[in-house]
Parts: sequence; structure tokens; C-alpha cells
Amino acid sequence: MSVLSAQKRSPLATTLLLLGAAYCLLPVLWVLIASSKSIGELFSTFTLAPSTHLLDNIVDLNNYRDGLYWRWMANTALYAGVGAAASTLISAMAGYALAKFEFRGKSLVFNLILAGVLVPGVILAIPQYLLLAEVGMTNTYWAVLLPSFISPYGIYLARIFAAASVPTEILEASRIDGAGDWRTFGTVVLPMMRTGLVTVFLFQFVAIWNNFMLPYIMLGNDRLYPITVGLNGLLNQGANQPSMYTAVVTGALVSIVPLIALFLTLQRYWQVDLAAGGVKA
Amino acid sequence: MSQSTEVEPSTTAAPRRTATPVTATRRRPARRAGTPYAFLAPALILFTAFLAAPIFYAGYLSLRKVQVSGLGLGSKARTEVWAGLENYARSLSDPDFLPSVGRVGAYGLIVVPTMLGLALLMALLLDANRTREAVSKFARISIFLPYAVPAVVASLLWGFLYLPRVSPITDVVEAVGFTAPNLLSSDLTLWAVANIAVWGGTGFNMIVIYTALRAVPTSLYESARIDGASEIAIAWRIKIPIVMPSLVMTFVFSLIATLQVFAEPMTLRPLANTISTTWTPLMKVYRDAFTRNDIYAAAATSVIIALATFILSFGFLKLVGRRAFNQED
Repeated sequence: MSVLSAQKRSPLATTLLLLGAAYCLLPVLWVLIASSKSIGELFSTFTLAPSTHLLDNIVDLNNYRDGLYWRWMANTALYAGVGAAASTLISAMAGYALAKFEFRGKSLVFNLILAGVLVPGVILAIPQYLLLAEVGMTNTYWAVLLPSFISPYGIYLARIFAAASVPTEILEASRIDGAGDWRTFGTVVLPMMRTGLVTVFLFQFVAIWNNFMLPYIMLGNDRLYPITVGLNGLLNQGANQPSMYTAVVTGALVSIVPLIALFLTLQRYWQVDLAAGGVKA
Repeated sequence: MSQSTEVEPSTTAAPRRTATPVTATRRRPARRAGTPYAFLAPALILFTAFLAAPIFYAGYLSLRKVQVSGLGLGSKARTEVWAGLENYARSLSDPDFLPSVGRVGAYGLIVVPTMLGLALLMALLLDANRTREAVSKFARISIFLPYAVPAVVASLLWGFLYLPRVSPITDVVEAVGFTAPNLLSSDLTLWAVANIAVWGGTGFNMIVIYTALRAVPTSLYESARIDGASEIAIAWRIKIPIVMPSLVMTFVFSLIATLQVFAEPMTLRPLANTISTTWTPLMKVYRDAFTRNDIYAAAATSVIIALATFILSFGFLKLVGRRAFNQED
């Protein structure tokens, strides 16, 4: 550490950072306060004055159509968990092949993947819907899961991680020991790419968790909805039935708790350096 | 780089054999040629089914139309025929289409520079290390937090905060004695939606840029600091040029995300009657496909949006020399 890294503090830098933090926390603070208000208070008392009805609101939310809200949460966890896990494994395999093998058509495949990164995802939603409708798979869990298994950006990242963190010498050594390709992949390659793959998993998990258009188009049965589509529906009901607004606000608060908890516990994986990968000499 | 250890012994190893032992390379069992394809198979199958096929199918549908014969009754009365570029002409001349494109253009001009400017500023402030450890940690987590909030929920939260009856902004402005603007009125809706996107996207881009900044060896600017260069000069002359590949990447991804804005206006609609069903091009695609059952017009509009996105993102990458996607080599 150099002497110079102990810089003098700048009040301007502190102010700007705290302003940025305040801007980002304002809606979260608001929803925390608003969830504690009864429907009458929501539109009458001062915005940032808390009340005491949080538990009542959660009970109301819980009773909404026999706990449909929790089903939406469970569906979201299923879509995001299974989708991200499958997508990470598929990306790891493809990224490893692209980084560590020479084969005919390699640059074509890589360029296709890159083009895939730039394809605006939701443009695909309507033709995907029509194609899945042809095989009778719309309005099922698969309609949301299958399209989320492929992530060109995940493959692109996995290729960087495989190139950076899997030394060719170790693959050679594993081969000399007589391990087959799949065994080498499972016991040598996957563990070495682990840190990078957690990042790929998190990217895809958040992308699926936050997705709205694909499930909105694919699903008609509200028992299959993820939380985003469910809350959108509740808000639309609120337009005719203002008493729904407390359920919407409380539902919004409860829905962001798991993801925020996930973020705080897995923080360090969000600082993985894409350029340098995990290479240590 | 990594291929250097795999040089074929037969061609180059002979004169060097005394210098480098190549026994390990020679003894390995031959690689099976099918292996890389087996590893790629699941990705390629899914890529074909859920990316390539939908794109081609959309292209095909955009050139088709339904022809109704007779009274249009019975199953044989409606047949699908080639339409040429009719759907495209119809799409482009739809009175709702051009305004929606203009709206998204203006929206992009607000969102992308503001979001990336803020993300860069916050990343540089964190990297400059001029604040207490606790302050920068708190700021980093808080600013990144909105990334964990789905666009639907973000729009819902901001939507309520915009409602004149709920908004603390209204309370504050009126306490000072002014009339508060209605943020969901037709003049301000675009800004209201843009704010949601900026709020949701700044933190993620900040982390990408901050990570790139952390990778810059401090020795690169330590000497500039000794020479008395200001923190701003160091940021402008040294740090920003070094993280340019990350900025290019965040720019392209932001551009793509901007052109497909959908969840935010769809969620604000029940709260703001100023948002029409064709407020953005993608909302028009949705309306055509599912409200009007005109999948042909929807397909044509999808193709136009996809082409525009490709031209903009590839054009931009070409302009900057595709630095973003080559950074790992």
C-alpha cells in the first residue's frame, strides 16, 4: 500500500454518493412505510408517516384467493431457480467447448452466440408464443422455463471464465490419468469455473425473476403466474377496486425481500472481474 | 495464447526437442472429434428452437396475410397467402407507429446518457476512495439495490410516488407554496417512465464500471498523482480511457434494453391514463398480436424493431472498433 492511497476525504464525494444512495432508497423506504398503512391512510396521511397495519395487510394478502400470492412467489422461485441452474450448466458446457477445443465451425458458432447477445430478447416473445402454441405448450410451466434455458450472454461469459480459469495443462493431466471428457468436465472444469458460474447463475436468476413480457404473453392461467405478472394483474384490479391497493403495495414489499436478501448475502460475487477472470499465477 | 502448449510435435518440436520435453503432449490419448459438439449440443438445440426459429418464423409471418373468400364463413373461407411487403407498408404507415418510435427515441436520449453518466460518476467516486469506508459501502449497496427490484415492481412503487394524492414531492412543493406538477400528465409521462429506467439501471452499470476500475493497477496513476494531477484529471485522462471497453458494453446493452421498453409503461397504465396501448413500438406489437389478432402486422413490426436494434448496436460497435467483445483476447 502506498502512502498516497490514504487520501484526504472529500465532502463533495461523500455528499454525491449519499445523494445517489438516497435516490435509490426512496421508493424502497416508501413501500416499507406504505405497507403499514390502512387503505384510508394510504391516500390521506403524510406519505412518509408510518402506521401500524403492516400485519393486517399481510394477513389480507395471505387471504387473497386462498393464498394465490404465495403461489406466485413459489412459481417465481421455480422459474428463476430451475431456469438459472439449467442455463448455467448449458452455458458452462458451451463456454468450455468454445474456449478449450479447436473444431470446425467454431468461429461460426461463436459469432452466432455474439449475434444472439445483441438480439433484443422480448422481440422473440411473440414468435416464441406462436411456435409453442403449435405444439400445445403455451400456458404451462415449460412455456416460461424452456426459453430461459438459453442465454447467449451466459455462454459468452462462461467462455471468458473457462479461457481464464482452466489451464490447458490440467486438462492434459486429467486426460493422461485416463479420465473421459465428461468426467474431466464434471470433476476438474466445473469446480475451477465455480466463481464465474455463480455470476452467470445470478445474472440469469435476476433476469428470469424480473422478466415480465414472456410470462405475460405465455400464461393465461393465473395459478402459473410469476410474481411480476401477478402484481400487474392486482394493480389492474385496483383501478376498479381501490381497496386492492393495500394488497398491491404490501405484495410489492414482500416480493422484493427475497431478492434483496439474496443480494446482500452474495454480494462478493457481484464484484467478479470480467476482464481478468479468476486467473492467479 | 493457450494454444501454444498444443503445438503439434511433428512440425515444430523436432529442432527443440532437446530444449523442451514434449513427452506429456505425445503420450495423451487422441481427442475424439465429436467432443466439442457434444458439449455444445444442448446450447445449439435451444438456440435453434428459441432464438433462430422464432426469428425466421417472424420473418415468414411478416410476409403472409389471411385472405377471406366468400362471406368468410366456414373453415376453408380463410386461407393464408403471400403478402409481399404489404404488412411492412401497413406497419410503417400506421398512425400509431411513428409517434411510438419517436417516443422511444426521446426516451432513449434521456435514459441512456443519464443512466450511464450517473453510473460512471458514482463508480469514479467510489474508486477515488475519498470517503469513509462505511459511506462508500453503504452507497455501493444502496445504489445497486434497485437491480434486485423487477421493472414491474419499480414502476408500481414510482407510480404511487407520482400520484398527486400520495407523492411526497407534491407535499414538499405545496408546503413551499407552489402548485405541484402532475408527473403523470401527458407532458411529463416520458420523464416519469425514464426516471424508473434510470433508477433501475444505474446501479448495475455502476458495478460493471467499478469492477473494471478496480482492475486498473494503481501504479498507472500513482505517478500522475505525485506530479500533482487532480483527481478529476486522473479520472478524465487515465481512468475513463482504460474502462472504455466496459462503457461500450454497458452502452450497447442499455441501448438494446431501451428499445424494448415494455414492462414500465404497461404497469403505469392503470395509474396514468396518458399512456396509450401503443405508447412504445413493443406495446403496439402486443396490441396487434393479442388484442387485434393480427399476428402478421405484429410480426412485421417486430422485424422492423429487431432490424433497427441490430443496425444501431452493430453500427455503434463498428464505430468504436468492436472493442467490447474482444476484450478477453
